[in-house]
Amino acid sequence: MSSLSRLHASVLVGGGSVLRSMFSTWYNTLITLVLLFLAYKAVPPLAGWLVFDAVWSSPSAQACRMAGGACWAFIREKVRFILFGFFPYAEQWRPFVAVLLLIGLVFVSANRRYWKPWLLGLWPLAIAAVLAVMGGGFAGMTSVPTAQWGGLPLTLLLAVVGSAFAFPLGTLLALGRTSDMPLIRSLCIGYIEFVRGVPLITVLFMASVMLPLFMPAGIEIDAVLRALVGMTLFVAAYFAEVIRGGLLAMPKGQFEAVHALGLGYWAGMRLVVLPQVLRISVPPLTNTLIGLIKDSSLVAIIGLVDLLGASKRSLSDPEWLGFYREAYVFVAFIYFVICFSVSRYSRSIEAQLSARQNH
Amino acid sequence: MKVFLATLLVTTALCSAAEAGETLDRIKARGSLVCGVSEGIAGFSAPDSTGKWAGMDVDFCHALSAAVLGDADKVTFKALTAQNRFTALQSGEVDVLSRVTTYTLTRDTALGLDFGAILFYDGQGFMVPAKLNITSAKELDGATVCMQTGTTNELNVADFFRSIGKPFSPLAIEDVNELNNAFFSSGRCDVYTGDTSGLAAWRSSLAKSKEDYVILPELISKEPLAAAVRHGDQQFGDIVRWVGFALIEAEEKGISQANADEMKTSADPTVQALLGVSPGNGKALGLDEAWALNVVKAVGNYGEIFERNVGAKTPLGLQRGTNALWNKGGLIYAPPAR
Repeated sequence: MSSLSRLHASVLVGGGSVLRSMFSTWYNTLITLVLLFLAYKAVPPLAGWLVFDAVWSSPSAQACRMAGGACWAFIREKVRFILFGFFPYAEQWRPFVAVLLLIGLVFVSANRRYWKPWLLGLWPLAIAAVLAVMGGGFAGMTSVPTAQWGGLPLTLLLAVVGSAFAFPLGTLLALGRTSDMPLIRSLCIGYIEFVRGVPLITVLFMASVMLPLFMPAGIEIDAVLRALVGMTLFVAAYFAEVIRGGLLAMPKGQFEAVHALGLGYWAGMRLVVLPQVLRISVPPLTNTLIGLIKDSSLVAIIGLVDLLGASKRSLSDPEWLGFYREAYVFVAFIYFVICFSVSRYSRSIEAQLSARQNH
Repeated sequence: MKVFLATLLVTTALCSAAEAGETLDRIKARGSLVCGVSEGIAGFSAPDSTGKWAGMDVDFCHALSAAVLGDADKVTFKALTAQNRFTALQSGEVDVLSRVTTYTLTRDTALGLDFGAILFYDGQGFMVPAKLNITSAKELDGATVCMQTGTTNELNVADFFRSIGKPFSPLAIEDVNELNNAFFSSGRCDVYTGDTSGLAAWRSSLAKSKEDYVILPELISKEPLAAAVRHGDQQFGDIVRWVGFALIEAEEKGISQANADEMKTSADPTVQALLGVSPGNGKALGLDEAWALNVVKAVGNYGEIFERNVGAKTPLGLQRGTNALWNKGGLIYAPPAR
């Protein structure tokens, strides 16, 4: 930490001291030279591929194959498929609206000014609106089964709705695990440890391959729902551990104060303990959330076409075979934008909260 | 785990053998056919830029839907991996599997499937970089061989190298793009094995120059590709089989998408029976008498499907070869539809 802050300080002081710190000792000099050499080797070809030799628009794949660089024309051709998957082409404004709604919901919820009781009411409303605009079947919108939902809206839906359900569930599990009641405590411990003991991919695999075998023929649980429930139950266990960490970090005096004030368990938790716990849990919760966003790509296992799945499927069009690098770079960029904004947001909220604590 | 899963699959397969007529009734009640296709195999089943499925397997689904429901577009496509395709069929998640699936004894019996008409004759072969100067697969010694997991290819390769008594190291990858990368770009393997149709397609679309790679003459397996249904529902099995045969028969008799209606006036009794002018076939199958007419009007005959999806004018550029009609030097043959 101290060396990090020193580096930070030296950056603030000016470029001169950065240079000095890069060559301060013989091994720092060596590391600097090796890194410079690697950058010299890697950056020009990479920049050439990404930008200078790239084909930005081309009616066919042939011209793209001739060029040495990336074929961004492929992305232009496939962007709607990658973003919205198999959703009927003519009605893709609907998943677009759904994405805007989800992002808007997250933005509103992210702003501390709106942390009011009505926000809790906004969530079910907004999620219902998203489901309605995706599913359709009214007001002139054709009904689109969940099997055709895909791309970015599906990824966001799984992450946002999954965390929305997992968060309260995780809080309850954490309270249960720290509870005095032995039955509840052991149930919660059993659940959390079981879920944390299996990888998400196993949960999804069980849901996709094993579950149908035990169902009577023809009865089928919606695949999106299967994934959503699986991910919610899975992430809830991780949220629970994060929140339990926060509970353990609470000074004992806080709990004693609750008792002294004569507040009951739930009132004390709601008014005194949990607000403080959630505050200190923001960084690890964000961490889990970012994990959830990226893990949502595992739903490809049960045949869902999320952002990554759609980009993979876009690769098999016979007219545009073989542009997988472009597709993966493009999706990686989208994932990066999402996850990086989440992590920047968590940094800013941490700063705000610690400022409040320190004054 | 694999053994356990396989046992479970087999037991369930035996327990849940479909009843005759059940599938057809379900499709009619639902108003759509659920067709299991691949997640994306160029020329067979792959989504285009607007998310519409296209390919030979996809066209067969449309044909089946036209025959059963009278409308070629009442198909719900379900993308399946090589691993979960049979479970999906067994559990009833899909009505029919039209997904480059090789017809084998085990699948026909122990896995509880029934196969339709063979609509593509493929075979597993080897592709090597031309600069290795190899002309026969028998010269491969200690080679690293790239192949896709979950297919019959893995077993065939092991059998082949055991039979010629040479060592090899397999490199099995599930994702086809990663697989292509391993062979064409990173050179992690010396040899690429797979069905020759696929090899040819990848070579024409991924190689800088087609001459850089050679496909060796040996074919180490027979890969007859056919649609599969659940064993036990003979009626639906018959329908799937005869829709395939009807496509072939239509090509043989010169019935195409464009001239299907005119051909109804043909004097040829076989054509009359096929197109339902002289009734009987439809009733026997439990379908409308115009079933085959609907099929050809919707997707064309076998030759048209082949040329549209994988033929010489497509990026895959396959020749008819073994997939030409029997009277033109190929293996495609249909029993008489009467």
